[in-house]
Amino acid sequence: MFETLSDRLGGVLKGLRNRGRLTESDVVEVLAEVRTALLEADVNVGVVRDVIERIRTNAVGATASTALNPGQQVIKIVNDELVAMLGGETLKITYATHPPTVVLMAGLQGAGKTTNAAKLASWFRSQGRQPMLVGADLQRPAAVEQLRVLGAQINVPVFSEPGDPVATARLGLAEAQRLGKDVLIIDTAGRLAIDAEMMQQVKDISEAVQPKFTFLVIDAMTGQDAVTVAKSFDETLSIDGVILSKLDGDARGGAALSVKQVLGKPIAFASTGEKLDAFEQFHPDRMASRILGMGDMLTLIEQAEKVFEKEKAEATAAKMLEGEFTLEDFLEQLQQLKKMGSLQGVMGMMPGIPKEMKNAEIPDDQVKRTEAIIYSMTPQERARPEMIDGSRRIRISKGSGTTVADVNRLVKQFSEMKKMMKQMGGKGMLGGKRGKGAKSAGMPDDLAAALGSRLGPR
Amino acid sequence: MLALEIFAPRFAAETAPTILLALAVLTVVFGIGVVVFSRRRSTSVDAAPNDVVKVATEPHDVAAPVVEPPATELSSTAPVNATASVRDRLGKVRSSFAGALTSALTRSAITQETWDELEEALLRADLGVATTTRVLSPLRDLVKAKKVVNPSDLRLALQTEMTAQIANTARELNFDSSLNAPNVWLVVGVNGAGKTTTIGKLAAQQRKLGRTVLMAAGDTFRAAAGDQLETWAQRSGAEIVRGSEGSDPSSVVFDGVARATAKKIDLVLADTAGRLQNNTNLMEELTKVRRVADKGSGKVTEVLLVIDATTGQNGLTQAKQFAQATAVTGVVLTKLDGSARGGIVFAIETELQIPVKLVGLGETIEDLVEFDAAEFVAALFD
Repeated sequence: MFETLSDRLGGVLKGLRNRGRLTESDVVEVLAEVRTALLEADVNVGVVRDVIERIRTNAVGATASTALNPGQQVIKIVNDELVAMLGGETLKITYATHPPTVVLMAGLQGAGKTTNAAKLASWFRSQGRQPMLVGADLQRPAAVEQLRVLGAQINVPVFSEPGDPVATARLGLAEAQRLGKDVLIIDTAGRLAIDAEMMQQVKDISEAVQPKFTFLVIDAMTGQDAVTVAKSFDETLSIDGVILSKLDGDARGGAALSVKQVLGKPIAFASTGEKLDAFEQFHPDRMASRILGMGDMLTLIEQAEKVFEKEKAEATAAKMLEGEFTLEDFLEQLQQLKKMGSLQGVMGMMPGIPKEMKNAEIPDDQVKRTEAIIYSMTPQERARPEMIDGSRRIRISKGSGTTVADVNRLVKQFSEMKKMMKQMGGKGMLGGKRGKGAKSAGMPDDLAAALGSRLGPR
Repeated sequence: MLALEIFAPRFAAETAPTILLALAVLTVVFGIGVVVFSRRRSTSVDAAPNDVVKVATEPHDVAAPVVEPPATELSSTAPVNATASVRDRLGKVRSSFAGALTSALTRSAITQETWDELEEALLRADLGVATTTRVLSPLRDLVKAKKVVNPSDLRLALQTEMTAQIANTARELNFDSSLNAPNVWLVVGVNGAGKTTTIGKLAAQQRKLGRTVLMAAGDTFRAAAGDQLETWAQRSGAEIVRGSEGSDPSSVVFDGVARATAKKIDLVLADTAGRLQNNTNLMEELTKVRRVADKGSGKVTEVLLVIDATTGQNGLTQAKQFAQATAVTGVVLTKLDGSARGGIVFAIETELQIPVKLVGLGETIEDLVEFDAAEFVAALFD
């Protein structure tokens, strides 16, 4: 998400970083790029106009008032603007004094209401609550059945009655009270914001159950229409928060910016996959840093941690820092990395990758090629690649269908990487091998601290 | 070395050894990759083992029963709206595009503001920055050459230009009646686009043309997806083949085709699970589904990509990736009865040459019409 936006802004702002003073024409040029980037990211046209204007005002002021590092100031202004747009603070979930706390799900067809209703139920359960689900989508074939199946997966009861969605909601509320459930999540049918009859229906549902929270589920890939939809639902229901769905896609996600800006209501949750655990509270600051080319390191870490086996990874990392990393280990980690999805996607989340590299379309068969080369090596060769002489290289290249040059490159890259890692480990930034907090020139202190605390004695 | 210089700055507060490893691996792989990119792509064969799973040639027994279609005529809850054009159905929405257009073109002359407002109008319809430029560029030339002088002429020129951009004649659904076997139409797309509903409508439409239809419930992932499709099978008078939940989608489709062959059914509509195009595993699965769908006696004559009209620029990426994975032959643009204008189809048609064949205009069984470029553009201007 936001991939191209961070590329573009990264490119522009990088150009600024090394300059001295900023002239007004510089600012105009920057803003033109920012505007295009935001539009390509599906941010609403009107919202873009407002944002640009605000940045222009602040940027010109900054240039005028400061002689030092105007480039850094523009970066800060853009960053601050995006963080402000995306929320600033996370929505605090509070509970009704008289249970159950009612949560109403609303949105267009296909946005992800049913899936997220179940995810939300699971989330509430993890917060120690006793949730119940109500299937009030009586329109879509098998919608209630879908909710029942999901409810069974997470062991949350699902209530539904055929007939009238408003009555179903009301009955569901009564049932929740009877059973002593303290959270009630009501799934409703997808509806068009311009369908007066259906909007009246959801209004009736809302009036019948008086929800504490009404969430609008918005698909992260929505285009300019997001604003129209959000406004209309808000006028009808008074939305408390937005749930942004399908964030595991590569949509630029401008809808998130627009909706937040236009509604003035926070994005409460982010849905990041089809499984029911792919659900988290939305973090605006993370998203903003992602837009600005800082990548979304936290998301990357989480994804990696899901896939890489933690303890094994820690042991292997320790090995690497001690210079004992072999091609065998490398191969293993490569397999793990593959599970994280395409390299393209992983790269998209890393900070500061030059545009040329990202756009180079490093195909995943590059990974296959690397694997093939290693597979063609004997265990001894993998353990000690320095023993790979000319004739071995020829054999390996033939066996893997690559060229000797490819094999050479892999061996060279690998040994350089090993050297570098060993330097990082040995240089005392971790206080030797097991220290904490000590740093050296090459490594930022937060990384050092984090690694230190991870690899240090438990 | 370049990679660590790139990665080191701006780390977030928490990192883990896993990230270190990921970086190490990427460093090596990228090191190779960048070099490959900077010289010409070699034509050497990628000798990595081809991990295509061989599909069993014998179809396994389908666990769920085949639902026989009712013998009676196709029923629908409302009178079929055969003559209502796209324009009529969209007419109830005074689109923001039309509004913006009017404001841009009610001046007495064509000014810079006219162009700014036109640009904004096109962007609001989700045409995207590149397409908007592509549309406005010839108009600017016309105005410069004084061939278009006043705003009302410009309006006409714009409508003509937009229609011309998507004037693609091959919009018929491919049905090969010379086959002595079922035609197979695969329906693909991201989550929530409207694949299953579209299949229901399509089945009804094809039945009206006198064809027999079988639905293959190839979405074996989504909870109750089979039930959902089964409802549509009943509504449209189609047969249906289902597998057990979590089973291999390719086998379900294969079984569907086999059943259709045995019963001499004309058309198989294969549903698939929604998937995001950047999920490599799922896209590979889809490639396999398509391949297997062709393996039996049936022939895949149409791969329809269902795209939600509310989708922004990501729609183009969707089209690209799905086309790469399955050779998409046409697009179904759904939910056009909403306030979104579906402008992304301009980019899809002009950049990828994939025709929009059908338009979805609602949730009931008759809400599917043929895409007509002139009508689509005219409706934008209403």
